[in-house]
Amino acid sequence: MAGASGREDQRDGPPLVSLRGIVKRFGTLTANDHVDLDIRAGEIHALLGENGAGKSTLVKILFGLLQPNEGEIRWQGQPVTLANPEDAGRLGIGMVFQHFSLFDNLTVAENIAVALPKGEDMRSIAARIASVGERYGLALEPGRPVWTLSAGERQRIEIVRALLREPRLLILDEPTSVLTPQEADTLFVTLEKLAAGGCGLLYITHRLEEVKRLCSGATVMRAGKVVAACDPRQESVRRLASLMVGSEVMEVRAAAAHQLGPVRFELNKLSLAPDEIHGVALKGVDLAVRGGEIVGVAGVAGNGQAELFAAMSGESRAEKAGAVRIDGADAGRDDIDARRRRKAAFVPEERNGHAAAPRLTLSENVVLSRHATGGVARHGLVDASAAKAVAAEISRVFDVRKGRVDPPAGTLSGGNLQKFVVGREILREPGVLIVNQPTWGVDAGAAATIRQALIDLAARGAAVVVISQDLDEIFAIADRIAVIHDGHLSATYPAREIDREKIGLLMAGTAEERPHAA
Amino acid sequence: MRLELVPRGDVSPWARVLAPVAAVIAAVLIGGVVIAVMGRSPAAAFQVYFVDTLSESWGLQEMAVKATPLLIIAVGLSFCFRASLWNIGAEGQFIIGALVGSILPLYTAGSGAGFWVIPLALVMGALGGLAYAMIPALLRVTFGVSEILSSLMLVYVADLVLDYLVRGPWRDPKGFNFPQTVNFDATLPFLADGGRLHAGVLLGPVLVLVAWFVISRTLFGFGVRVAGEAPKAARFAGFDANRMVLAAFAISGAAAGLAGVLEVLGQIGQLKPGISSGYGFTAITVAFLGRLHPLGMVFGALVVALTVIGGESAQIALKLPLDLTRTFQGVLLMCVLAADALVSYRVRIVTMARA
Amino acid sequence: MDIWQAVLITVITAATPLLIAALGELVVERAGVLNLGIEGMMAVGAACGFAAATLSGSSALGVLAAIAAGVALSAVFALLTLGLATNQVATGLALTIVGLGLSGLIGAGFVGTSREAIPAIRIPGLTELPGVGRLLFGQDPFVYLSLALAIAVLWFLGRSRAGLTLRSIGENHTSAHWLGLPVMQVRLLAILFGGGCAGLAGAYLSLVYTPFWSPGMTAGRGWIALALVVFASWKPLRVLFGAYLFGGATVLQLHAQAASLGFPSQVMSAFPYVATIVALVIMSAGRRKAAAAPGSLGTSFVPDR
Repeated sequence: MAGASGREDQRDGPPLVSLRGIVKRFGTLTANDHVDLDIRAGEIHALLGENGAGKSTLVKILFGLLQPNEGEIRWQGQPVTLANPEDAGRLGIGMVFQHFSLFDNLTVAENIAVALPKGEDMRSIAARIASVGERYGLALEPGRPVWTLSAGERQRIEIVRALLREPRLLILDEPTSVLTPQEADTLFVTLEKLAAGGCGLLYITHRLEEVKRLCSGATVMRAGKVVAACDPRQESVRRLASLMVGSEVMEVRAAAAHQLGPVRFELNKLSLAPDEIHGVALKGVDLAVRGGEIVGVAGVAGNGQAELFAAMSGESRAEKAGAVRIDGADAGRDDIDARRRRKAAFVPEERNGHAAAPRLTLSENVVLSRHATGGVARHGLVDASAAKAVAAEISRVFDVRKGRVDPPAGTLSGGNLQKFVVGREILREPGVLIVNQPTWGVDAGAAATIRQALIDLAARGAAVVVISQDLDEIFAIADRIAVIHDGHLSATYPAREIDREKIGLLMAGTAEERPHAA
Repeated sequence: MRLELVPRGDVSPWARVLAPVAAVIAAVLIGGVVIAVMGRSPAAAFQVYFVDTLSESWGLQEMAVKATPLLIIAVGLSFCFRASLWNIGAEGQFIIGALVGSILPLYTAGSGAGFWVIPLALVMGALGGLAYAMIPALLRVTFGVSEILSSLMLVYVADLVLDYLVRGPWRDPKGFNFPQTVNFDATLPFLADGGRLHAGVLLGPVLVLVAWFVISRTLFGFGVRVAGEAPKAARFAGFDANRMVLAAFAISGAAAGLAGVLEVLGQIGQLKPGISSGYGFTAITVAFLGRLHPLGMVFGALVVALTVIGGESAQIALKLPLDLTRTFQGVLLMCVLAADALVSYRVRIVTMARA
Repeated sequence: MDIWQAVLITVITAATPLLIAALGELVVERAGVLNLGIEGMMAVGAACGFAAATLSGSSALGVLAAIAAGVALSAVFALLTLGLATNQVATGLALTIVGLGLSGLIGAGFVGTSREAIPAIRIPGLTELPGVGRLLFGQDPFVYLSLALAIAVLWFLGRSRAGLTLRSIGENHTSAHWLGLPVMQVRLLAILFGGGCAGLAGAYLSLVYTPFWSPGMTAGRGWIALALVVFASWKPLRVLFGAYLFGGATVLQLHAQAASLGFPSQVMSAFPYVATIVALVIMSAGRRKAAAAPGSLGTSFVPDR
């Protein structure tokens, strides 16, 4: 590799940045517990860890968004204080956020200009966008409003914005989570060019294959502490994974062979205009899921997953009753409660604020999705004690850890709340279960519990649809796979017969197949 | 220098209960400063505003009479506010309720019609307020018009409708051209001889209990709470957002309308301009002072009623302007909001040195 | 002076306070803050302006006092909504209640007093031009100021870097914070600017429009200014257009009232309020839900610590 020798040269002297003994507490939670981290110029350094391990907190400290309670940050050997992102920017620290820090209604150029130091006019900014774009293969149209762009293009804005400030250290937080496999390959080339040019990169991820391929150093965090610092090229993926998780990696058990039942959930040429201003329209979606199987819907974020979920759940109703069928009955005009009465159940993506109301208690959140199907409400009155009993049952079966008997939902950790909202639906023994991003941002233990519960539910005869951006998850649990792109859903393919490359092309919309044509 | 807010984890329920009390104390202190700035004695004002009223049976009765419309409006408004709907036009709904509720008493005045007029008038008043509240609600549901501005604009319109009626078709022909209607026969009976405590006062506590039951025990009340707390979760629960808007506005409009007709039949006995003296706006302070909790709003209504009576006494005894009371009510609302924030967050003052 | 010129001048006079207040609120809302307290700040501005001008004998001091009063009240609003993250709608209402009350206290000693209105500008040779002289060259200083303000706000939001920063903060305060933009400082300045504008608009009412003080003289103009911002889809030139349209409608109504078309006067007086509602309906029905509103409008921002 061209830059390899240049990188090794910079091993001498102090690291570009070193964190020493960083401690960050939020109330009683210690998110970072005496963390040390060194990054050298020209190095791509991986920060590995599960969700909740404290990676995000650490990079926010490094970017000046949070202040540590203890510890020291040294920049090229000198102690520095990073009171805000401005300070970090002045030193040359740039960041590419996982949840983009973009302004939807502004143009690409405006989005970039607003983060640059004052005094440069828009024309010169546009010229620099073009030149950086050319050098790193990051083409952008400066005049386009951001909301018209795909997730990959949006990430390009974030990267170009960081590059225009000529960073010495670039932090990337889970950059590939919104990319197709092919887009990720292009990104890696860009990152290697940057490192070859002497920029230090901190690469945050939980995807170990990427780390082995790209990074020359790695720091592994678990529960707020650094548990290992190693050269990932010398370690096996399995070893890295066990360092991250702290025990042998849990894997889901495949269901015992079982017969598939009849089709229980069906979409027929479902088309729907979006509710939200910048939403995606669904275009003639077809899908049939039989009892006993899990269909995975893959796709890059923002391609209509939220709209598809809303159309399946009844939060958005179809125009034709036949567009959605549950157990053979037309349900397209049913609202979400009517679909629940047909033994369908739903788990939306957002835990706090959609699947659950954060300031209401767990038992009240039981009423939220169960009031229409009996047991917790009668004659327009809420049966609080019945709801409490259900909440206790869910907590017991799904091992939901909580501080007291019936706390507000928002006080639970991500993994525990996700187990609760999934458990709330599964314990109803639904005939159809639609789940959007079932394990997004939860720890490995909770993810394994949830995935196992989905597999077991299907094995008991339910039809399960899992919408997920995580291809590993889809391959781990789905029997068949479809891909959503710009509101189109591809045909479904048996999970054993389709490979990642093919899925990647479908995710990018370049291998669109039209099973209905001809 | 700037303020940094750090969320407190679990807040003790006691802090939430005591916050409004602290707010009242803070507002009284600020009011005292204002009075001192005006060159008056804060101690004398405090005596007239609070002590005199509370130490006499006349004052206590008057307090109940003034608190009743405030309480009823606030209880209605709490349904809107809990659902994050900003009905700030209760004043208009109060006036229209008073007007519609006055139709029967007006046309039966002097005819010797029986007691049946009163319950009918109360129902008509509530329906009038309800119908008037449906205007901003329907505009929001069908066209997406912000309910804040439309409900407020309708206050001015309601005022003009009242003005037109009492100067025009409904004016008392024998009233020496004063803009007012005839005195109604159908007025609410007094609870005690010689007092001003009318039977309408009993409705306040009844409605508080009903509201408490609805909010805390029924599925509808649950829906209202979820809608305000997390709108997407409400949609996930299957609660129709538009129906919720209509229902919350219907309740608050009906309550304001009922308060309006009670005020006319219980206190004034006729229609004339200025029947409200801003109850619809003052009730917003009451609602927040009571933290939107039915029982809390009883406390809120009594405190605010006390300032209303105190203000009237102070105007007579100390020549303090009525606007002082209005200012105080606004300051009180600010203090309540601030106290609530201080319960939810720890405030750190950060000096520039660190930034 | 011909009749059309006279009518147009009254239109401009009716429009100017709305324009000034609405431009101020426009900047506040583009920064993501909803300040419903305009009515109160305007009333205090009118009272303070009149009181200061009467006591000092200087109209200029009156104007300055009005602006200062508006800024002071808006600072209280900023302390609560930015410093303590209180609900913006409720705080704005409280500000209106306080402002209306305070204006009564301040103005109490001046009820019944009147003074000369701030005179219109005279440019010899130009103001006397037939047809358009007074219209173009003979307005009071506020009119030119308000037009300059509209141009300045237009330039600021559309062309300046500070304006881009302000719009970004209004669009998405979390992103803006992540990028290191000073969310709180910009919002504070925007709120103070809006307060100053509301105070100035109040001064126009008590020093030019009706050169005396009377309680409740703002008569809902603060609320109408708020509606104008929505009506204008948060765009400065449309605020200008809307304010003049509204001013025109108000004058039309006054003339209709004078001509006594047989309607009760209250119908005519209700016209501005009903027209506002109708305008809001037309604007809201014509566009997809809140497409033009700044993304973070009305929501509190509390960064992680």
